Amino acid sequence: MRRLSYLTAAAVMLSATTCLAAGELHIYNWGDYVSPAMLEKFSKEFDVKVTVDSYDSNETMLSKIRAGGSGYDVAMPSDYTVKIMVDEGMLAKAEPASMPNFKNLRPDMVDVYWDEGRHYSIPWMHGLTAFAVDTAIYKGDIDTYAILFDPPPELQGRINMLDDMNSVMHAAERYLGFPRCTGDKAQLKQISDLLNKAKPHWRTFSYDGQSLMTSGDVDASMMWNGNAYRARLERPTMKFAYPKEGIEGFMDNVVVLKDAPNLENAKLFLNFMMDPENAGMNSDYNKYDNGVAGSDKFMPADFAGAPEIKRPDGVAPEFVKPCPAEVVEIYNKIWTNLRK
Amino acid sequence: MAEIKDMQRLDDARRRLLTLPAVLFILAFAALPLLVVLAYSFMKPATYGGVEWQLSADAYVGFLFQKDIFDDSLTFSSEYLLIFARTFLFGIATTVVCLLIGFPTAYYMATRPPQTRNWWVLLITIPFWSNLLVRTIAVMFIIRDEGLINTVLLSLGVVDQPVTMIFTDFAILLGLFYSFLPFMILPVYASLEKLDFRLVEAGYDLYASRFQVLTRIIIPLTWPGIATGSLLVFIPSFGAYVTPLLLGGGRHLMIGDLIALQFGSSRNWPLGSAFSMILMAFVMLALFFQIRKNAGGVSHG
Repeated sequence: MRRLSYLTAAAVMLSATTCLAAGELHIYNWGDYVSPAMLEKFSKEFDVKVTVDSYDSNETMLSKIRAGGSGYDVAMPSDYTVKIMVDEGMLAKAEPASMPNFKNLRPDMVDVYWDEGRHYSIPWMHGLTAFAVDTAIYKGDIDTYAILFDPPPELQGRINMLDDMNSVMHAAERYLGFPRCTGDKAQLKQISDLLNKAKPHWRTFSYDGQSLMTSGDVDASMMWNGNAYRARLERPTMKFAYPKEGIEGFMDNVVVLKDAPNLENAKLFLNFMMDPENAGMNSDYNKYDNGVAGSDKFMPADFAGAPEIKRPDGVAPEFVKPCPAEVVEIYNKIWTNLRK
Repeated sequence: MAEIKDMQRLDDARRRLLTLPAVLFILAFAALPLLVVLAYSFMKPATYGGVEWQLSADAYVGFLFQKDIFDDSLTFSSEYLLIFARTFLFGIATTVVCLLIGFPTAYYMATRPPQTRNWWVLLITIPFWSNLLVRTIAVMFIIRDEGLINTVLLSLGVVDQPVTMIFTDFAILLGLFYSFLPFMILPVYASLEKLDFRLVEAGYDLYASRFQVLTRIIIPLTWPGIATGSLLVFIPSFGAYVTPLLLGGGRHLMIGDLIALQFGSSRNWPLGSAFSMILMAFVMLALFFQIRKNAGGVSHG
């Protein structure tokens, strides 16, 4: 009898824990980067308790996942980071392509270099890296990188550059018509000269272009389109540029981690995120586009149609692969020399 | 007799056990990570951050020399050294300014009646009640082009163009000074408080000028406090990261930014680790001089 009760107790405990486990999802995401209302909806729909922890860079996230035993189910790595995670075997092959909502993905979001055919990841948020200019200060054409590297007198000394080596180097490469991650020494020299010549016109190097623009500390700033949208609400004369030399895209993705304790819930979440309504809710909160067709119907019209978000026809953002180590080494030299 | 000695030894050993938790904690969370950093600095960078387990002194060679990007020969490169030198100068300047302002403040505090002194100490520590980042951003709001100072100056008609203060070396120095001033005041105050002011009176009685009293009596007697305060200001300002980045606008890298860059987009952990070790060596050197000086003071005292 006693033995039986032990067994029952054990069984009850066991089922309780599995029950509990079945009802959880642990998300590891960038800080303040998910719509709470949408999470609530997911939580209600599937009776799943969702927890969210945050990181501040892909590198932080990678080192925590590498260490193992993180207990997280899904994470939101950026484009190149997905590739690293796939290569290092950190991800579960969740096969989103076989999920019912996969048909909603925009065709240009499927065959991406970091996950050809989408076996591991789905889009989370998708943005553009360019720059914004206050058109009350400078009235000329802003759709060229000359704004940054050869600025008109009105903007000289009033420009913020992203404190991001790769984005600045790639922008310079586009302006000079060189390929990305160029290994050509003569071209690198030209880039270095260009940056050093332009530097006196730059006031700051900062990620926080949004508050530098809204506070009036600068009149032009390299920035991401979502931040440009938010900044424009406070500084209405601001305009986001679509430089004719090409524009950089970035994408954060949802992936399922290899040792995810709640694999099934993670897959549910992936499918949930490819529903236009949910993706739209999330976009409206984060102020970035997503990769799900039809999601704009679920966003407020003034956001979905904003010039920062609804890009002009013919603009195809370029996703740049990480450069080879020897190129990064020279980048680093040029960058350090620029800011010594 | 021997028994008593044995007892004493046993007692000592037991007491030493009391320090065990602290020692273990320091070993686990300070010494071990430092060893990891040291080890990393002698390895090769892996492609996507992290290190390859191959012994290499490249990181240290790279501090002073660079492979010419055109013909692969090693040439002297001053960039990193320049960044270290600039950060060092900022550290020295911050220490000097903190001393010039902190010493009189501490002197004033120490000469108040004993029951009010604690209130002054409390006032000095108030800035620590909020986070360094918050305080730095507050400074930004005050000195930016459309900030408090410029708004007031413009509306009073003192200037017709905003005075550029933010994103300059002045702003960095102001931020560092503001952040670390209490670290100077408190130790100097502690030694001034212990100063026997009858010695000062004796000095005056013997016809010493005010300047002589300061340089011959007060400063020598409070030297330990001044030295400690200077170190406490110099060390953190040398390694400061957030303040220069926010207030300086990032046009010039500081050591802290340089190290962060290596662990971020440069993906060169060994180089970042080597910079950290070099930075630590500088700090150890400063500490070493401080200890030597103090030891000297005692033997002459």
